[in-house]
Amino acid sequence: MYRRTWRATIVISVVNPVLFLLGIGVGLGHIVGHGHSSLLHGVSYSAFFAPGLLAASAMQTGWIEGGFRVASAAGWIGAYRSAATTPLEPREILAGHLLFMLFRLVTSSAAFVVVMAVFGVASGWWVLAALPAAVLTGLAFAAPVASWAVTLSSPRQLQPFFRFVLMPMYLFSGTFFALHQLPVALRAIAYALPLSEGVALCRSLALGTASLFEVAWRSAYLLVFIVGGVAVARVTYPRRLHP
Amino acid sequence: MSDRLLVEARGLTKTYPARNGTPPFHAVKGIDFELARGEAFGFLGPNGAGKSSTMRMLAAISPVSSGSLSVLGLDPAGDGPEIRARIGVVPQDDCLDRELTVRENLYVYGRYFGLKKQMINERIVGLLAFAQLEEKADAQVEMLSGGMRRRLTIARSLINEPEILLLDEPTTGLDPQARHVLWERLYRLKHDGVTLIITTHYMDEAEQLCDRLVVMDGGKIVAVGSPRELIETNITREVLELRFPVNAHAQIGERIRDAALGERTEVLPDRVAVYADDGEEALAQVHAMSLEPITALVRRATLEDVFLKLTGRSLID
Ligand SMILES: Nc1ncnc2c1ncn2[C@@H]1O[C@H](COP(=O)(O)OP(=O)(O)O)[C@@H](O)[C@H]1O
Ligand SMILES: [Mg+2]
Repeated sequence: MYRRTWRATIVISVVNPVLFLLGIGVGLGHIVGHGHSSLLHGVSYSAFFAPGLLAASAMQTGWIEGGFRVASAAGWIGAYRSAATTPLEPREILAGHLLFMLFRLVTSSAAFVVVMAVFGVASGWWVLAALPAAVLTGLAFAAPVASWAVTLSSPRQLQPFFRFVLMPMYLFSGTFFALHQLPVALRAIAYALPLSEGVALCRSLALGTASLFEVAWRSAYLLVFIVGGVAVARVTYPRRLHP
Repeated sequence: MSDRLLVEARGLTKTYPARNGTPPFHAVKGIDFELARGEAFGFLGPNGAGKSSTMRMLAAISPVSSGSLSVLGLDPAGDGPEIRARIGVVPQDDCLDRELTVRENLYVYGRYFGLKKQMINERIVGLLAFAQLEEKADAQVEMLSGGMRRRLTIARSLINEPEILLLDEPTTGLDPQARHVLWERLYRLKHDGVTLIITTHYMDEAEQLCDRLVVMDGGKIVAVGSPRELIETNITREVLELRFPVNAHAQIGERIRDAALGERTEVLPDRVAVYADDGEEALAQVHAMSLEPITALVRRATLEDVFLKLTGRSLID
C-alpha cells in the first residue's frame, strides 16, 4: 500500500552503516581496541561494536518511522486524514502503518547485516540471529513513539525527546563501550534502558554467546515496550483520526 | 425514517473535550436537518460556524456528542466503515500524497476501499477524464495547480461511486476561473444523480450549487430554505448601496436610517445599505434629502444580505 520513493531510503540503510562501521569501528577500534579486549568480552572492537550499532540503527529507524513519519502523516501531509475517510478504521490504519514500519526495519536491518558480513565483522551464521533481535529493538521504539507522535500537530515537537532522551540513550546503551566499564551508579540506569537490552541481545546473538534464558528475558523486556506502545496507540489513534 | 431521506439529524451536537486547560468546546449546538436523495444541500456560514465539524460527523469520522444522526439509514457510531464505503469525502484540505503521481493517488485510495486492482484501473480512466487531468496522469501532485489538486481530490472521492458526496469548502482559495471549472464539474455530478452536501462561506457558491441550504452561525442553524426562499422571506428584493466621504459617513448614515427609507438601513463600516423592494425609488429619496453619495448602486439582494441580517456580521471578515 505504501509506495514511496525508495532511492533515499536505500542510501540511508546501506551507505550509513558502511560509513559508520568504517569510521568508528576501524578508527576507534585502533584507539581503544589494543590491550582492552578483555573488557570487550575478548573480541575485536569491530566485532563488539557492529552488533551494537545494528541495534542502535534499528532504534534510529524505529524513531524516524514511528516519530517523524507518523507525526507528519497525522499532520500536514494528511495521509491519515485521507485514509480515515475510507472504510478503514483507525486501528486498521495503525496496524497498516506498523506493518510498514516492520517492513522498513526488516529491510534496513538486513542491509546492515549484509554489510557486517561483507566487512567480515560477523562471526559466522550467528549474525543472522541478530536480525530479528534488531527488528524487535526497532519496534520497541517505533510503537510507543508512534502512539505519542500521532497526537502531535507538528513533527518539530519530537525534537526535545530526541535531544534529551534518545541521544543520551544512544551514547549510554553499550553500543560504543561495554556497560560494565561505566561507574557503578550509572550502570544500573544504563542496564535498564531499552536500547541496552537491544544492544546486548543483538551482540550476544551475533557473537553466538547468548543463552536461551538471556534471549528470552531480553526479548520479553522489548516486547513489553511494543505491546505497551500498541495498547496506547489503540487509544490515541482513534482520538486523533476521529476527533 | 422514510427511505427517501438519506440523512436525518435531530439535536445533533459536537462538543470537543477539554484539552490542556482549554474548556470543552461546543462546535455544533443541537441542529436539525434532513436531506433527500438527489438533492444538493449546503451549509453556509463563516469560519468557525461548525460546518466542518458537522461534515465530519456526517462522514462518520467524528463521533456524535449527542442527538441523533442517521446516514443512509445507518448509525455512524456502529456502522462507520459501511457508511464510509458508500459516501465520498472531499476534506477541507486536500490531503493528497504529494510525492505520488495523480494516478497513484487515485490507485492507493481505491485500495483503501478494498477495490480490485482491475476495477480501480478501469475507474481511473473515467475519473481522469472527469477531472480533466488526463495529461497530468503521471505527473507528481506536487506539480499541480490548486485547482487541479482540488479536481483530483474530487475525482479521488468518487473512486467508490458514492451515493452521497460531501464537499467541505470545495473552492476556497481558488481563483475565479478555477472555481467556475469546478462548479461546472459539480453540476455534472448533480445531473448524474449524486447527492451533494457542500459547505461554503461564499454566498455565490451556495446560490449557484445548492437546491436547499441552511445558514449556520456559532454552531446553530439560523435559517433554512432554498436560496430564493431565504432571500424572499428574510429580505427585500433589492439593495441600494451608498458610499459617502469617510468623515461624513457615520453622520449621513444616521440621517438615512432616521429617514426610514425602504424597509431597513444598515450602516456598515464602508457603506450604507438600504433594503427596499424598489432600490431606484429609495435612491430618488436620498437625492431628495439633498445628499450626494460618491457612488450609488442598486442590486438584487443576495444570501450575503440574509446572513448579515440574521447575524449582524458579514460572511467573510
Ligand atoms: N478537533 C478539534 N478540537 C477542538 N476544537 C475544534 C476542533 N475542530 C474544530 N474545533 C473548533 O470548533 C469550531 C468550529 O470549527 P469548524 O467545524 O471547523 O468550523 P467551520 O468549518 O465552519 O469553519 C472552531 O472554533 C474550531 O476552533
Ligand atoms: Mg471548515
